Amino acid sequence: MIAETALPKPPQRWDEGLVRNLGLVGVLIILVLIGIITKPELYSDPAWVRNNFLIILQQASGIGVVTVGMTFVIIGGGIDLSVGAIIALAGVWATTVATQSYGAGGMVFTALVVGLAVGLVNGVLIAYGKLVSFIATLAMLVAARGLAAQISGKQTQVSTNDTINSIATTKLLGIPLLVWILGLVVAAGWVLLNRTTFGRRTVAVGGNPEAARLAGINVKRHTVLLFMLSGLCCGIAAIMLTSQATSAQAAMANLYELDAIAAAIIGGTLLSGGRGTIIGALFGVLVFSTITNLFAINNLATEVQNMVKGGIIVAAVLLQQFRFRSLTNLLRRRDVSDKP
Amino acid sequence: MSPINRRRILLGGAAAGAGLALTACTSNDSGAPAQVNVGDRNGNAAPGQKVVIGFSAPAADHGWIAAITDNAKAQAQAYSDVELRPVEAGADAAAQRAALSTLIAQKPNVIVMLPHDGKELNATGLEAMKAGIAVVNLDRAFPSAAAYRLQIKGDNYGMGLAAGQYVGQQLKAKGVSSPIIGEIPGIDSLELTQERTKGFNDALAAFGFKVANRRPAEFTADSGQAAATALLQALPKMDALWNHDDDQGIGVLAAIKQANRNEFFMVGGAGSKSAIDAIAKDDSVLKATVTYSPSMASSAISLARLIGQGKGMSDLVELQVPKEITLASETITKENASKYAKLGF
Repeated sequence: MIAETALPKPPQRWDEGLVRNLGLVGVLIILVLIGIITKPELYSDPAWVRNNFLIILQQASGIGVVTVGMTFVIIGGGIDLSVGAIIALAGVWATTVATQSYGAGGMVFTALVVGLAVGLVNGVLIAYGKLVSFIATLAMLVAARGLAAQISGKQTQVSTNDTINSIATTKLLGIPLLVWILGLVVAAGWVLLNRTTFGRRTVAVGGNPEAARLAGINVKRHTVLLFMLSGLCCGIAAIMLTSQATSAQAAMANLYELDAIAAAIIGGTLLSGGRGTIIGALFGVLVFSTITNLFAINNLATEVQNMVKGGIIVAAVLLQQFRFRSLTNLLRRRDVSDKP
Repeated sequence: MSPINRRRILLGGAAAGAGLALTACTSNDSGAPAQVNVGDRNGNAAPGQKVVIGFSAPAADHGWIAAITDNAKAQAQAYSDVELRPVEAGADAAAQRAALSTLIAQKPNVIVMLPHDGKELNATGLEAMKAGIAVVNLDRAFPSAAAYRLQIKGDNYGMGLAAGQYVGQQLKAKGVSSPIIGEIPGIDSLELTQERTKGFNDALAAFGFKVANRRPAEFTADSGQAAATALLQALPKMDALWNHDDDQGIGVLAAIKQANRNEFFMVGGAGSKSAIDAIAKDDSVLKATVTYSPSMASSAISLARLIGQGKGMSDLVELQVPKEITLASETITKENASKYAKLGF
């Protein structure tokens, strides 16, 4: 048995992570510069610029929280296609008339429990039912949206709870509460991945499940926990989105799964598992949020925006392959040169 | 039993219990009453020959589609001589075709259907008509005229036109010469969205106005909130806004409130109950909405019954029900909101 302490650590090589994140920061700066050049009249107002920055962060908050959970699942070697559906189910359940009568606390509790419960079902199906995560969560995507439609009576469930609705409008130290929540989730995710045994196990399970098992990790239980973590993030996001839209419906958070996967990959997470960073995923979300903002202020069509998004995803993956190949070549050369 | 097994069972039991507890405290409150007409001004409502009406509409998760099915069922119940046989339309056109084939084999007198897509269900319409079953197409037209006996639908172009006219008239009355107008359509790839936008642009053009920024949403409140937030940020000052759909309008209004903006007025679309209530209350930027009413499903059942009984619409000179009916898109404002309250869905 391999000692667990000998397992690969999460990517802490500052050079690699830093270069990638600097690249994403560069992309963000370019996007802002395009905004300044194309709409100088808007960018000449400092109040507007400050507000715009906060709006970009705020619009990234819900999907950002989901992406943190998704990043864990992908690093752990799986994929969660049901995140949008879990948000819809958790949101609709929390805003159902009976649940709303328990107040804001009851609504938040319901959303979190629904997220955790669906994550548990996903995890058990995958770990113990031996279903491929792609299939299990695809089935959950359909089923959870169906259940959400059933519970909501196919109607938009309006939230009448002022406390829940005010989450979207509350600011702390001039920064929206939604952005604080995103910050907390990202910070917790970073600590969990980089500073705990759970994080090391996640990387080990995603990198080589068999080796992880031999090292004494309960791979099945860990897989269940990863999907529950993703479900919990969806529960948090459900409350954030419900508060923003002051309502929930079965079709809400449409295609969030694809946005979250794309953001994680752009942030440097390997789709095959075993490698990824939370900060990179956050930058991935911010790139998309900034593109949406740039297209909005220039009144450009969303279909073009989607094409640009697609291009960025392809570019990120190509870059990833290129970097991976050059890293392998480098190691191979070292290997040869090290020989006597 | 080992401690681990006991712990697993307890955990499983707790999860199942939580699920049951949550189920117990859930309720379905669709809220709006169904739209039923039981008036008998012309004697047509008097019980007559029994009519079996088959019914199929997609089970979409949108308030409008839900109201279509509710209205059809409620209207059918209002007649003692109508037997309604609803069939699930399934998830797509293929599933609806399969469901309708079994319905056609049962030989109802009339079939009322809201197809997933008129083009994809055209052959099914032809098949039913050939089998001697009159087909009433609800809202999504068949390309072939032989595929239906009656078509009753809303007017998407007219809806845009009505919204544009209201916006134009209001701005003109206020003396705004070059207004900044925003638009939040629904799913942009749909033909109905494009028709609505065309109507809106045509009406504005007559006033010499045009749309300054247009951000599509997806007919949901959360997408409406996101689109509106982006639009408001892009237009620091705005004079008028048209949002195509009242369901997504819940999110649009939330975004407007969150941005603390009220320098403009907004027009909605479809005529939901919450929008009509908000217009009547007059405490938000929403000042009007243009109708695209699911009441057409109630009318479709009434007319299907008349077709089945071989009767006409007795206000008309013709002895039979006409072949096509397009509802007018009406503008609901504070002044007439009480009149339209019963049509809200």
